[in-house]
Amino acid sequence: MTAITKHRLFWPAAILAVMLLANLIFTPTFFRIELKNGHLYGSLIDILLYGAPLILIALGMTMVIATGGIDLSVGATVAISGALACSIIADQPDQEAVGGVLTAVALALGLSLVLGLWNGLLVARVGIQPIIATLILMVAGRGVAQLITDGQIITINSAPYELIGGDYLFGFPFAVLIAVVVFTGTAVLTRRTALGLLLEAVGGNAEASRLVGIRARRLLVLAYVFSAFCAGIAGLMISSNIRAADGNNAGLWIELDAILAVVIGGTSLMGGRFSLAGTVLGALIIQTLSTTIYTTGVPPQVTLVFKAVVVTAVCLIQSPAFRAKAFRRRRPSAPAPAEAEVPA
Amino acid sequence: MKRSPRETGHIQGRDEAMVASEQEVLAMDAREERSVRGRGRLTAILEARLRREYLPVLVTLALFVVLFGTGSAIYPAFGSGQVIIDLFIDNGFLLVAAIGMTFVLLTGGIDLSVGAVIALSAMLSASLVEHVGLATIPIVLAVGATLGFLMGYVIHHFEIQPFIATLAGMFLARGLCFVISIDQISIKHPLFAEWPHIPIQLPGDMFVKPTVFVALAVLGLAFWTLHYTRFGRGIYAIGGNEQSALLMGLPVARTKIGAYVVSGTCSALAGMLFATYTLSGTGVHAVGMELDAIAAVVIGGTLLTGGSGYVLGTLLGVLLLGSIQTLIRFEGTLSSWWIKIVTGALLFVFIVLQRAISSKRSPDG
Repeated sequence: MTAITKHRLFWPAAILAVMLLANLIFTPTFFRIELKNGHLYGSLIDILLYGAPLILIALGMTMVIATGGIDLSVGATVAISGALACSIIADQPDQEAVGGVLTAVALALGLSLVLGLWNGLLVARVGIQPIIATLILMVAGRGVAQLITDGQIITINSAPYELIGGDYLFGFPFAVLIAVVVFTGTAVLTRRTALGLLLEAVGGNAEASRLVGIRARRLLVLAYVFSAFCAGIAGLMISSNIRAADGNNAGLWIELDAILAVVIGGTSLMGGRFSLAGTVLGALIIQTLSTTIYTTGVPPQVTLVFKAVVVTAVCLIQSPAFRAKAFRRRRPSAPAPAEAEVPA
Repeated sequence: MKRSPRETGHIQGRDEAMVASEQEVLAMDAREERSVRGRGRLTAILEARLRREYLPVLVTLALFVVLFGTGSAIYPAFGSGQVIIDLFIDNGFLLVAAIGMTFVLLTGGIDLSVGAVIALSAMLSASLVEHVGLATIPIVLAVGATLGFLMGYVIHHFEIQPFIATLAGMFLARGLCFVISIDQISIKHPLFAEWPHIPIQLPGDMFVKPTVFVALAVLGLAFWTLHYTRFGRGIYAIGGNEQSALLMGLPVARTKIGAYVVSGTCSALAGMLFATYTLSGTGVHAVGMELDAIAAVVIGGTLLTGGSGYVLGTLLGVLLLGSIQTLIRFEGTLSSWWIKIVTGALLFVFIVLQRAISSKRSPDG
């Protein structure tokens, strides 16, 4: 029993399972997945589809957090990438042309890479604290996105572009396939090669890792570039899903959700270790929470209260200091965190 | 929390750096001591401190003067005393929120809940004032302080990162706004709609509003607290090095939680000022204002790593951001998103400047 509860994926997985099961109370058909017109439909598929951008961003965030950093600018990158892609497509005579869409996607992702490079250089070369370095782009980025869209919401009508975030391929939502590919690619690159270990070494102690011969600065830059790249893809997905680019609201606060997903997944903000599977679980927990609240009919704005409670609960359960104080003589069981939060 | 050997090593490294810098400080004090005997205290302090400590603040001041001078040169109406007073009237709530943020940033923490607490206080004020009148003020302040206390308690005693704990606080406060009401509530009670708007005539055909005095009073109180009380010294000590502060026997728990209580209370007060300014409460008020507050504090010269900064610098930071907005409004053709871009650019300049200054002090920042 203790061997299972000690596993670092136990708590995130248990929380996700409890949340999914809780949905059965409100929707008995929650776990049903149907095949209509060759497409998969169902609540679980919805969670995956709407969770795909968050999963992508959280994967990038995991790499950055593994190096002991943090990337606050991903929300702004989401807005910029979507804005650029949509404004290019909107300017074309034929919005349906595949070539034009590919150009737009390539340019948007290219710009995302540049933004990631900017963050990475600030952190690795200039030596600014990551939270501050990425704060600059977080503040300025939305302004840039609005500059690109000229303050308007650009709507587009392009079937090839809609594939990215809203359409299906081989029965699966294309966005989910992208997320699976990025997850697999990242997992193979970091866990089947030394890259993951090197990133963790940099996160543990950047100076020490440099002294043993790791190119710490280059790895740091790489982590931020990867994070921005993931955010860029997510920006394409979000704008493609709503068929519009909104410089002000696209990806608003998604950086906070992504950081939460990483933390819920068991990756410490201190850096030095990371869990990709945990991150995906964390992102799915957050998305399941939103979906659950929508299906129970609570006003969507009130979601935030539940989110606060769940975030507090999850973080407290994972906090060794809290566990030591709360369950000193008891077996670990599902606690009542809202009450436990009030000081004795 | 159990620390891995690696983390302990990191902390030890920091402590050693701290000891080294303490020796440096002692040496500096000794130098100061000698020169005090020679030339008088004021010049000595000026010489020892002016170069590094005050530089970011002075740069902010210089930028503010340059910006204001440019504005006055282009637009004759810009260079009047009333425009400066308007900066205080239009940014009073931001100033109060940024002052609270200064306390938290000085301890090396961060408070993301500021904007949401402002919205919650505006919402509470709007819904309560018709029923309880003047009692609204203590109730709202108590709610802000309680939220701050809870966040501080969780941060300190359960070792949750400030970033995550205040993020949860932000979600909670924003959500509670919508629990009170999903629609906007307008305010008609004289406590918010009339009394704070009574113009007070000043010589030279200028006027101020009572809200300005509230903001200035908070500024004065914060200045006194940070520089002349034990609590204030404790805040700087924790920001400098929490381990050292603990080993010195400072009340770390009380001080650290206190910083978040100050920030929560300031945000609540800022929310009430915001309510007098907009005469309404809604859950979408002040979205992202915590970023403006953080930007103002950083531009005002406070290190985000904690331990160094001045609340008067925060005032300058708020005034600088405010005058950029005023200038862009005077310009007319420039769109509002330029405010964000210019704010980001300013942040960049000041962060690099701080980096350049602090790199002389410690190699790994």
